[in-house]
Amino acid sequence: MKDLFKIANKKFKSRLIVGTGKYKSFSECAKAIKYSGAEIVTVAVRRVNIVDKKKPLLMDYIDPKKITYLPNTAGCFTSEDALRTLRLAREIGGWKLVKLEVLGDKKNLFPDMIETLRSTEILTKEGFEVMVYCSDDPLMAKRLEDSGAVAIMPLAAPIGSGLGIQNYTNIKIIRNQTKLPVIIDAGIGQASDAAIAMELGCDGVLINTAIAKAKKPFEMAEAMKFAVIAGRKSFISGRISKTLNGSPSTTNKGII
Amino acid sequence: MKKTKKIKIILNGKSRSLQKVTSVYDLIRSLKLSTDKVAIELNKEIINKKTIKNLYLKNKDKIEIVHFIGGG
Repeated sequence: MKDLFKIANKKFKSRLIVGTGKYKSFSECAKAIKYSGAEIVTVAVRRVNIVDKKKPLLMDYIDPKKITYLPNTAGCFTSEDALRTLRLAREIGGWKLVKLEVLGDKKNLFPDMIETLRSTEILTKEGFEVMVYCSDDPLMAKRLEDSGAVAIMPLAAPIGSGLGIQNYTNIKIIRNQTKLPVIIDAGIGQASDAAIAMELGCDGVLINTAIAKAKKPFEMAEAMKFAVIAGRKSFISGRISKTLNGSPSTTNKGII
Repeated sequence: MKKTKKIKIILNGKSRSLQKVTSVYDLIRSLKLSTDKVAIELNKEIINKKTIKNLYLKNKDKIEIVHFIGGG
């Protein structure tokens, strides 16, 4: 049975998206991506190093022809900066599918939803396909959908916190109210968090820190891969209902 | 402006002198960068990489050259 992950008419087999930040080296990052099975990776846009011309380049380690680059506006605190970043990203090589993230709070890295909403509208008008990092507020998620977002990416918990999903109810409400893919972005700490996100009905999970900063990043990348697959299969298989009392797994018929 | 005159530009936030008439393409080449891995902004406007061979830098131009790095 084919259960493909669809974003803006593009199809993927893996429902795990991984970030490429915080690794010790590009080669470690590339190897972790391989273990994770991810087909989409987030990347950031920064100034080139004009002093050290021999500095390695991300594109030499992760081939954008094989892995889908998802330019992200990490570190942008205004709509203006986010728009500038994504316009530049598009210019590098024609990337239209992008991840928007406009932060509003330096301590917790919560998104500024007013700026995010404004940026989504502008980018959509400019022909971008915008996947949007957002708070777990169902009303805001709805507004983003109306503004043309191609994916809703609510946080599970603050970026890099590893706290896991904090608000099951809101995530479920967001999932149930939208036709768009819902991808948990930020806050995953361990494999079970990713499995729970998928069991709540989310379409995908984005993970960076939990893999990059694990003691064994390759093992954790693989654990996340299996967790996402297990959680998804569990969700689509239709779980049994919860009962208060026990029910024997073995028939009493023919008991001796 | 005479062609021989030395000009100063701001490249990625740092001042830089250019000894001769330089196109944006020449600059990218001298930095050993590949045009298909970068995006260029000249005085806050993104420029089409197809036009950079005939785009010459002027005194006080502000140029930003960016690429992809690892990020979440």
